[in-house]
Amino acid sequence: MSKYLVNKFLFTVDRDTALTERYREDPVGTVTWWEAEEANRILSCIDAERSTWLSFTDEERQALATHDHVALFELGAHPFLTLTLWIAMFERDWDEPLGMQLDYAARLAHVTQPYPDISC
Amino acid sequence: MAKLVAILATTHHPFYYRTSQLPAEDAPPFAADWVRKVEAYRETLTRAQPDVLVMVGSDHFHQLWLDNMPQFLVGKAPYYDGNWENEIREFGMPKLFFQGHEELSAYMLREGIDRGFDLAFSHELRVDHSITCPIFTVRPQNDLPIVPIYTNIFAPPLPRPERFVQLGKTIREIIDAWPSEMRVAVIGTGHLSLELGGPRQFGAHGPDPEFDAQAVEWIKNGDIDGVLGGVTLDSLHAPGNATHGFMDFMLMMGIAGYAKADYADNLDLFHTMEAYFTWYPDPSLVPGLPLTSKGALLG
Repeated sequence: MSKYLVNKFLFTVDRDTALTERYREDPVGTVTWWEAEEANRILSCIDAERSTWLSFTDEERQALATHDHVALFELGAHPFLTLTLWIAMFERDWDEPLGMQLDYAARLAHVTQPYPDISC
Repeated sequence: MAKLVAILATTHHPFYYRTSQLPAEDAPPFAADWVRKVEAYRETLTRAQPDVLVMVGSDHFHQLWLDNMPQFLVGKAPYYDGNWENEIREFGMPKLFFQGHEELSAYMLREGIDRGFDLAFSHELRVDHSITCPIFTVRPQNDLPIVPIYTNIFAPPLPRPERFVQLGKTIREIIDAWPSEMRVAVIGTGHLSLELGGPRQFGAHGPDPEFDAQAVEWIKNGDIDGVLGGVTLDSLHAPGNATHGFMDFMLMMGIAGYAKADYADNLDLFHTMEAYFTWYPDPSLVPGLPLTSKGALLG
C-alpha cells in the first residue's frame, strides 16, 4: 500500500492546471510519466534530493490510470483530494448543477461504514 | 490588557461568495435568505469594533502537505495572501491580501508553547478558504490585521477533541493576558456534519441532520461537557467523512468557556447545515443593547 503516493499524485495534479488537463485527456500516459519522473520528488527540495523508494502498487496504478474514483475510495485515497480533482476534470461534462458530484456519490452508494481508513 | 470583544464560530461555505454576487434573477431560491442571515451575523462582529482578528481555520491540502504536517500552526508574517488557484477555479472566489499582526502572533506562539502547546509557525503563509470565507461573510472590507491559526482536522492522525477544547481555553488565556490595549475578536470556522468525496455528499441536507441539531444545542448552550461526552475522534466519522471539522467549533467553545452564545442562527442548505454563533465575553465592551438572537434556531 502506498496511499501517501496516491495522495501525492492527486495533490500535485490538482494544483497544476496543465497537469490536470493532461490527466483528463491521457490518464495512462500521465500516470506512467508521473510515477517515473515525479513520484520521488520531495516537493520542497531540489531534484538532487529525490527520494529513492516510492512507487504505486499495481492496484493503485490501475485505479489512477482508469480514472476509477470508486477504487481510489476503496483503497483509502484521501476523499477530499479525489473529489477536488474530479470536479476540476469532469464537472464541465455535466449540464445540471452538481450533476457530476451526485453521480460521483451514486457510484459509491454500495459503500458502508466504516469507510476505508485514509491514514497513510 | 487586551480586550476580547467578540468570539465568532461559524461554518465556512465556499460557495457563499459566488452566490451572494449573483443578480437576483440568476440566484438560486435559497440565496436571498442566506445573504440576509449572513448580513445579520456580520453585524455581530461590526458592533464589537475589533482592532485585530485572530482567525482559526484549517488548511485543505494547499500549503500544508503530508511530508511535513503540523497539528496546530500559527502564522507569524507581516502580510498574508489568501486563496489558491484551485479554490478560484472551483468556488469563484478572488484572491485576497491581508495585513498580519506580528506582535500578537509572536505573543501567541511564545505563550502557547509555554502553556503546553508546541505550536508550529509559518513566516510565509497563503491562507485558504477556511480563513477567507469568514472575511467575505463578516468583514468584507477586509480592513483589519489578522493572526491565522491552523488546526489539523484533515490528515490523520488528528489531535483528539479534548485537545481542541484545551487549545481554545489556552488561546483565551493568552488573549486575556496580552499586554495591549487592542480590541481582539476571534473568528473560527469549521463544519457540522459534512461528507466530501463519499456516498452521502451533496444531498438535500447535511448528511446527518440529527447530529447537526445536537451540535447547534451544544454550541449555543456552551455545553462543553456535553459535547466532550458526545463525540470522540472515532465517533465523528459517523455523521459524515469530513465532520472532524466540527472540532474547530469545539476549539471555539473552549475560547468562549461555558457561556451561552449571545447570538445563534442556522440555515439548512443543500450539502450542509450553516451555523452562526457569537459570544461577547464582556458585554460592557460592546456598544448598544445586548443582542438577542435574530435567528431561526433549530428546535
